[in-house]
Amino acid sequence: MTLIQGLTALLLLTGAFFMLMGAVGIVRMPDLFMRMSATTKSATLGVSFMMLAVALHFNDLAIGARALATILFVFLTAPIAAHMIARAGYLRGVSLWQGTISDELQGRYDEETGELESGTPAMAPPQGEPED
Amino acid sequence: MTLPDLALYLVLPLLGIALLLALWRLLRGPRTPDRVVALDLMVTLGLGTIAGYAIATDQAALLDVALVLALISFLGTTAFAYYLQRRPEA
Repeated sequence: MTLIQGLTALLLLTGAFFMLMGAVGIVRMPDLFMRMSATTKSATLGVSFMMLAVALHFNDLAIGARALATILFVFLTAPIAAHMIARAGYLRGVSLWQGTISDELQGRYDEETGELESGTPAMAPPQGEPED
Repeated sequence: MTLPDLALYLVLPLLGIALLLALWRLLRGPRTPDRVVALDLMVTLGLGTIAGYAIATDQAALLDVALVLALISFLGTTAFAYYLQRRPEA
């Protein structure tokens, strides 16, 4: 077994391990956001390891470029997709785990437009008569 | 153990177990966003399976499928997110 083959085997096994951990995470984690945090990161890492293994194994410029393009694309899109699902879930009122300590988004999403208010938290708007 | 054997007898079974776990969450998931996350994970596991199968069978052409699958999965997940946000109930 040559060095390249050993490296490919190591990358393949690492990638499969990370993907399996992502799947264990989606089963074991208690609420949507923790599940998403477990799956998105580790599955993306697993895919990139396996694609690197493919690029090493075939040792060809065109195939390597394709594998790297897949890695780049997954790295670009996976966070966006996870963010969009998490946002949709939060806006739809998916319940958090009962042991959650703080919810910094509480009351900061506009119900109508779905816009997120920014700035420092815990500054309650002044109660009283609005100016003119 | 050669590399195709390793991919076929060790890597693909691991990914198969992972797919079954994700399928369990897809079927059980208490709410729709959980199912969408499970589906997204299953597509990502499919990408890994394609990579492992390409090594096991020594067919580099399968990588094109992986690239297209990554594209389609992003579109699908985004569409699901919009759908979830627009739908008023459950």
